[in-house]
Amino acid sequence: MTSVYDSLFLHTVVRAVVPIIQVFAFYIITHGHYSPGGGFQGGVMLAASIILQRISVGEESYRRFPRKAGIVLAGIGALLFALLGFIPLFLGGSFLDYGRELFWLPSATAHYWGIFMAEIFIGLLVWGSLTAIYDALASGGVE
Amino acid sequence: MAGGWLLRLVGFVLMAFLWVAIVWGATGLPRRGDPLAPATVHQSVAVYYIERSYEETRTPNLVTAVLVDYRGFDTFGEALVVVVAALSCLLILSRAKGVGREGRGGEGGPAGGAQ
Repeated sequence: MTSVYDSLFLHTVVRAVVPIIQVFAFYIITHGHYSPGGGFQGGVMLAASIILQRISVGEESYRRFPRKAGIVLAGIGALLFALLGFIPLFLGGSFLDYGRELFWLPSATAHYWGIFMAEIFIGLLVWGSLTAIYDALASGGVE
Repeated sequence: MAGGWLLRLVGFVLMAFLWVAIVWGATGLPRRGDPLAPATVHQSVAVYYIERSYEETRTPNLVTAVLVDYRGFDTFGEALVVVVAALSCLLILSRAKGVGREGRGGEGGPAGGAQ
């Protein structure tokens, strides 16, 4: 898919805006403990930054973020989230009960880091999923 | 399409089983507006979250603590729904390698069965 709006201004603005969106998305994901936000919202913003490149810059964005990468990212995120849930299961707790994992830490701190990791994995998963959905819709089925 | 009826049968049995299981589970729910329902009698769970969530999870944002920690299993399923949606989009919308662009590919030719 080539870029529809081939203009220097658009390319420059997109180049300037995309890093800001991505940094802010990362902030939203990692700051979910203290402010509204979290993995879902930040993941959507990361996907939006990729889709913005797809519809404006076009061909180059597929070289930077290949078509296959979306669904792979989503799978990795889901797998890591499930593994994170299984860790306390092996330590004698219940599924996704972070208090049992990292048992040398105090329980509250283990919960804190469990939430943090879960937010990051949700972010990866949503990022990959939404990008994959956009690519599937926009490519017309062509691999 | 050999074996299509078997898949359909398995799907039908699975769906019927799920339907029966859901109806059976729903009969155990309390009636709507029941003043003796567990959710209205035991108000303590909401109060518990508000009072104890910070010392238990060290997370100032109560919503995050409930969403990802206390209700983590729900969030896990929610995230899987997103992945399954993306997978379904890919399965439905993308074309297999051998299937050409000229036709639908469902003519029963060699390309129709190839993955």
